[in-house]
Amino acid sequence: MISGELLSILQLTVVVALAATLAMLPPGVALAWWLARSRSWLKAPVETLVTLPLVLPPVATGFLLLRLLGRRGWFGALLDRAGIDIIFTWKALVIAMVVMGLPLVVRSARAGFEQGTRRFEQMAETLGAGPLRVFLTISLPLARRSVLAGALLGFSRALGEFGASMVIAGSIPGETRTVALAMYGFLETGRDHDAATLAVASLVIAFVAVWISNRLVRERA
Amino acid sequence: MLDQPHVPLTVMAQLTQGSFALDVSWQGDCRLLGLFGPSGSGKTTLLEVIAGLRRPRHARIVVSDRVLVDTATGTHTHVRDRGIGYAPQDAALFPHLDVRGNITYGAGRGGSAPLDGLLRMLEIEPLIDRPIQGLSGGERQRVALARALASSPSLLLLDEPLSAVDVPLRRRILELLGSWIAEAGIPAIHVSHDEADLRVAADQIVVMSDGRLVGQA
Repeated sequence: MISGELLSILQLTVVVALAATLAMLPPGVALAWWLARSRSWLKAPVETLVTLPLVLPPVATGFLLLRLLGRRGWFGALLDRAGIDIIFTWKALVIAMVVMGLPLVVRSARAGFEQGTRRFEQMAETLGAGPLRVFLTISLPLARRSVLAGALLGFSRALGEFGASMVIAGSIPGETRTVALAMYGFLETGRDHDAATLAVASLVIAFVAVWISNRLVRERA
Repeated sequence: MLDQPHVPLTVMAQLTQGSFALDVSWQGDCRLLGLFGPSGSGKTTLLEVIAGLRRPRHARIVVSDRVLVDTATGTHTHVRDRGIGYAPQDAALFPHLDVRGNITYGAGRGGSAPLDGLLRMLEIEPLIDRPIQGLSGGERQRVALARALASSPSLLLLDEPLSAVDVPLRRRILELLGSWIAEAGIPAIHVSHDEADLRVAADQIVVMSDGRLVGQA
């Protein structure tokens, strides 16, 4: 049986990861569409910037976010003056998850927008549809499997987020202690059985999410 | 039908794509202009230039008194504002919409054509609530034609619109289509590599070869 403590850790992790997934979808889909269609010189630098969290050490990403959002950070100072505290709250956790999961949403959704939707977008344009209508009624529905597959990958990534979260959100029980952070704490304090229970639970959730994501990608192809 | 006024049309376009060069200049009054030529002669490319799906190097395209493109003055009307009803050979139906969804997609452009008459003319009434996936090639083409006609266009571009339809039905529909176009007063360009098809309804037929208009048939 899973104890109440472990259950609440799992619950917090899933809820925050879901919130992060919902938060990464609008910018992720917009970026994916822009990267699939744009011929701007900005495309290459933006593409590189979006991909960086995939290759940077997560702790380095966390450090950059800390410099950005901390009370003395470039953006954090403004938020502090407005009375908004981010660092070491659940909001920091969501931000870390969004930044780390965004590249996966963008890559998957972009593949969907590049896979044969252009012809139908052109036909919709000949029929008088404006850019927003084309996007909402043609591009997005046709790329929906790729977008959903990307969202599931982003969710899986958010579930397992550790490095960046540790730096900007800490591991506060009931507030920012997710499965990954709790497992590390349990291993350090000799609670191997609890760590193993969380490992199995996260394995099951991640397996189902990635399995559905792969199915969606296969059906798209 | 012959009393309906013809519409002045100017099509001048130059475009180079790899080793292929399109160089077309045509001006005249048109109701249903047939464009005849072998595969690879540039017929589809020309229609795509008129529709705005390809950007020509030099062009002047005027329908009635409306300038769609004039590279000399920098005029380039966006695809969505050209009022084109385009029925491509591959139909290009929206795969996630059913037949009704496809046909009515462009109907919001203003004063849409009555749907019942179109469905009857193209013999696709029983298909109206069917998904696209189950349709044959000929059925898809007729739905694409209905979609173009239902969008109240100011110019119709028909690219082998019924090539996958069997000959008796094709000829029957082409005759009705000729009358429909005349009654609606919408100029049309009908592309085909089958001259007999064009003779059914076109009031003029021009011949295209290697990217150029080479004469009248």
